[in-house]
Amino acid sequence: MNWRGLFTREWRVMMRNRAGVLNPMAFMFLAVMLFAVGSPLQDESRAQYGGAVLWLIVLLTNMLSLDALFRRDYDNGVLEQMICSAQAPFLVVLMRVFVQWLGSGLLITLLAPLLCLFLGLPNSAIPTTMLALLCGTPALSLLGAVGAAITVGFSRGGILLGLLVLPLFLPVLVFGASAINTAIVGDGSSAQLFWLAFISMVALTIGPFATTQGLKISLQMQ
Amino acid sequence: MWIKELWHKLGSPRWFYQISSPWIIGFGVAALVLLTVGVVWGLVYAPQDYQQGNSFRIMYVHVPAAMVSQSVYLGMGVAGFVLFVWRMKLADVAIAACLPFGIMLTALALFTGGVWGRPTWGTWWEWDGRTVSTLVLLFLYIGIYALREAILDTELRGRASALVAMVGTINIPIIKYSVDWWSTLHQPASITLTDKPTMPPEMWMPLLVMVLGIYCFAAHNIMSRMRVEILNRESKTRWVRNLMVTDTKPIQNV
Repeated sequence: MNWRGLFTREWRVMMRNRAGVLNPMAFMFLAVMLFAVGSPLQDESRAQYGGAVLWLIVLLTNMLSLDALFRRDYDNGVLEQMICSAQAPFLVVLMRVFVQWLGSGLLITLLAPLLCLFLGLPNSAIPTTMLALLCGTPALSLLGAVGAAITVGFSRGGILLGLLVLPLFLPVLVFGASAINTAIVGDGSSAQLFWLAFISMVALTIGPFATTQGLKISLQMQ
Repeated sequence: MWIKELWHKLGSPRWFYQISSPWIIGFGVAALVLLTVGVVWGLVYAPQDYQQGNSFRIMYVHVPAAMVSQSVYLGMGVAGFVLFVWRMKLADVAIAACLPFGIMLTALALFTGGVWGRPTWGTWWEWDGRTVSTLVLLFLYIGIYALREAILDTELRGRASALVAMVGTINIPIIKYSVDWWSTLHQPASITLTDKPTMPPEMWMPLLVMVLGIYCFAAHNIMSRMRVEILNRESKTRWVRNLMVTDTKPIQNV
């Protein structure tokens, strides 16, 4: 299988299963709404919490999306065939995670202006928010895929997935929220953005290999 | 090459079981002596802190517990690597033994931190950088523990937990940096390998003794747990049966 074939296959699978992309997004806006309704009206400090709340909701949305990352293909046996037949299984995994990121991380990045509006973040913070999401969400997909690969064999792996990967997401939350907060104040937040990109790079070097190994373990559990 | 020979021998849990007994006694005695000396020295003879008075003395438990809890996790990551690369059974036994001990030690570090924080910072709990990284460490331990509980197959359980331990070990420095960036109330480390300690020797000497003592206690505890785990896993093999049989009924062989 070449790159293009792999990508086309993953893209089609995602497009034909739109609920897998749209449901987490619906969840995300629902969570934003619940936060907005729960917090006091006309609260000046809402913008202060906006960055942290935005990132927290992004983490949870991504986790929902990750839970379904391998499950269907695992259940019907396609995953086993792909891992067995590919010359380099980690390329298959990398492509799958990349397409998952297109449907979660990149989509959230594009929706970021709306999120900022709903969470009461100033317009001046929108570019930084989008950049931070663009730099940080790959790490979420790549590290989360490791947990998804290990828990795919369990019928109820969701809670365990959260327990395994949420601690690893903490640095992304810290730098992501910090980037938005400094942007609200009006300072440059390039340091945080570099950090986010760095974390994503580290996740890119270890994630696909660890995910492949995790899938191999899960496939033996069947 | 003696290292290569030792490496091959470590592949056999039976060999580890046989040689570990004197080591356990050695570490146990060392831990008992060091901890007794350290506790008495630190709690009775070390001078009072000019600002914190006597409350600083909980440092003699808090700092070693926090240090060793990180070392145990690091050890678990190394064991995970060994298990993954060489498929060494003993490494899985080591992970299984490190987990409960690491959880207890991390919880102890957090608890003593709260007890120390109350008189010093005026609060039981504060979302401070190092507190958070210790709490994350606890969650990483709990995650692996939960994963091991969920998988029934022994070999797959070992490999899955080894994978998570390795990924966690790589992430720990990033987590530590990020929360340090985020906020810190903690005093900077008073004792480092490179600089002169900022404490007088009467204060840091007992701390050093306590750190060494807890390390010995960790070695003692983890090795003991490993022995029990080995007996449990190998309970069907002849050498374990012989071990039990000769202990209870020596005339069985007739």
